[in-house]
Amino acid sequence: MGKVLQIQPVTRIEGHARISVHLNDEGNVEDAYMSLMSLRGFEKFIEGRPAEEVPRIVNRICGICPWMHHTASNKAVDGCFGVTPTPTGHKLRELLQVMAHINDKILHFFFLAAPDFVLGPDADYSVRNVIGVVKAAPELATQVVKMRQLGQMMIDRFAGKAIHPIAAVVGGFSKPMLEPERRELLKDTRTLLDFSEYALDFAKEYVFNKYMDVIGELGVINTGFLGTVDREDGSFRIYDGTQRLMRADGSYVDFKGEDYLDYLGEHVEPWGYGKMPYAKSWDEGFSLDLDAPKGIYRANTLARLNVCNQMSTPKAQAALEEFREAFGRPAQATLLYHYARLIELVYACERTIELLEWDGITGTDVRAKVTPGAGRGVGVVEAPRGTLIHDYTTDADGCIESANLIVGTTHNIGPMNMSVKQAATSLIKDGAYDQGILNKVEMAVRAYDP
Amino acid sequence: MGVTTALEWLSSCSGCEIAILNIGEDLVELLTDHLDIVHAPVIMDHKYFGQCGDEGSHLEIPEAVVGLVSGGVANEEHLEVLEEMRKKCKVLIALGSCATQGGIPALMNGQNSAASFEAIYQSSSTDKGAELPNQGVPKLLERTYALDEKVKIDLMLPGCPPNPAHIAEVITALLEDREPELPTKSVCDTCPTKREGKGMVNTVKRYTENVEFDPEKPISEMRCLLEQGYLCMGPVTAAGCAKRGAPSCIDARVPCRGCFGSVMPKGNQMLDMMNALASNGIDFKSVVDRRSMLRFSGAHGNLRPKRSTAAKEE
Repeated sequence: MGKVLQIQPVTRIEGHARISVHLNDEGNVEDAYMSLMSLRGFEKFIEGRPAEEVPRIVNRICGICPWMHHTASNKAVDGCFGVTPTPTGHKLRELLQVMAHINDKILHFFFLAAPDFVLGPDADYSVRNVIGVVKAAPELATQVVKMRQLGQMMIDRFAGKAIHPIAAVVGGFSKPMLEPERRELLKDTRTLLDFSEYALDFAKEYVFNKYMDVIGELGVINTGFLGTVDREDGSFRIYDGTQRLMRADGSYVDFKGEDYLDYLGEHVEPWGYGKMPYAKSWDEGFSLDLDAPKGIYRANTLARLNVCNQMSTPKAQAALEEFREAFGRPAQATLLYHYARLIELVYACERTIELLEWDGITGTDVRAKVTPGAGRGVGVVEAPRGTLIHDYTTDADGCIESANLIVGTTHNIGPMNMSVKQAATSLIKDGAYDQGILNKVEMAVRAYDP
Repeated sequence: MGVTTALEWLSSCSGCEIAILNIGEDLVELLTDHLDIVHAPVIMDHKYFGQCGDEGSHLEIPEAVVGLVSGGVANEEHLEVLEEMRKKCKVLIALGSCATQGGIPALMNGQNSAASFEAIYQSSSTDKGAELPNQGVPKLLERTYALDEKVKIDLMLPGCPPNPAHIAEVITALLEDREPELPTKSVCDTCPTKREGKGMVNTVKRYTENVEFDPEKPISEMRCLLEQGYLCMGPVTAAGCAKRGAPSCIDARVPCRGCFGSVMPKGNQMLDMMNALASNGIDFKSVVDRRSMLRFSGAHGNLRPKRSTAAKEE
């Protein structure tokens, strides 16, 4: 009789998931699934709410990336009410959204993923965690804790709340930035930029070079990619731009956020609450078959680096060139998500500095005039975990009539299932498995930072 | 060896866990010298069914002195995890407003949740014919509950997110075997804005324009937002969000929406606020979507599907 291994909960990720590995009589993998276990229903319970309130409700979708939902939602409500934010309001929103990427990447790489590399994938579970990292590498850990805290507190000081923000508003921003605040933020971001360069060098030497064989094998699948690029020159963008859907062969189409329904569909399986977005426009249906996937693309860091023509900031561009030299475009190895994440960390710091150095950032005209009314708005930003889409329709009172959300993480549910199956199949043979092997299967999920 | 501690999250967003991290550098000492984390899905790899996922069918969490649970109870697995935490932890703490009063996900309590959950799988982007998943996923309960509706809770630490300083205070107090010092007043009681007495306001404005303030001047020079004619839930909301003097949203020049829940544990923020408005001569019917005043405290039967509450509310 075969059996099912229930790896539950999947740990050091940001949500609720379970991996089920089905073994046959010989102890080989018959199938493997990763299921999302929770459902809250945001799309339905924002119905009837005044739309201008929604950006401070939907931020609760994710306490790690609340700024992403907050800004995407504000963009959608702008669309519903037909308002264009003032230039300063628009840039303040981008500034905060980009700053929020900084903490997120430090958090994911060092707090959640690094234990697998610093202590080793096979280390005992009781030490294979951030507390273990603190004990094994106290100097690095102290620095990491300080830098994440600095990034988080910069946002908190200026915008009142870093977690579950309120300061971005329909039409712009709730308050202007004062010159002393700008100077302070600039100084702190330069510290973070130094750290981000150090982090990338550290990871290249002690993680990517050291684990190159694992990177070349673990959870590797072949898919397309989705991300956002600059409307003019195809540069990497995370706040605003055009959406780019790339096939595994590197060819791509660009589309406007509001046209997403023509390009993306969502597939549902009965074994998990998460819907699985797929490329409807490829007209090939949906399949997670490892050898012949259909409609499958990936989002998040590696995808964004793959789809962009170049990075618009110098240090991140140099890092991208080195990355492409080594792994090509599009790069497919799943663990490269970590490498791409650290290149994005450098970009986020550089872009924050650019925005803070923009003359208009301390302007006082932060919010355009807003009149609630009927309309439709689609707000798209790049969340750390992927392209985030908020699509709202409002009634004549400016209250939400209907809403559709495609949340960043969900783009990768299909691919994560493929990576889990690939990893489990290649690692578990003839009934031989242990906690280290099963942790490697989880590492294939952790790379996607779900 | 430190004090054994277990963490769990139920119907939640991980904001409470980030709030724990936001304790900052002091957290490193707490984690390495004073606490012994035995279970915490967000940061460590302890599993429910053995480390290889092949032991037993009842989920297992190790014994611990302190248990922290964030999120409300919205499905059968949440309930099983919460009951196991209660069984294994000596002191059980409800962390964050979802755990204490339902939080944002309990907004679902205001509608027919079964129909709503099904409708989510029939959205414009979802493949035709899709249905609510039902194989091996935890069955959804008929509504979202606060933790104390299901098990005995020893300490409530509300907030969306909770204040990192208060999380640190609670942990430190437990280590020192004393009562934690936590705020007991309302947001208004801790708000430095200028109150000039009852004014000309008799209706409530939507927050579609920024409040009036001079950015160069401190919060204490800004007029109370209720007096400026905005809905501000300060009078009926538990204090605790202030990190730099002023309540957090006020600090960003934005009105309060009540994220620490009601001042009294069993209070009703909507009814209390309607009373507060009425006693100030403000027409509470000018508030668009009054049920939103329960957006952080919809558990404990406060928010129910509209048909049954329509009469009471109007």
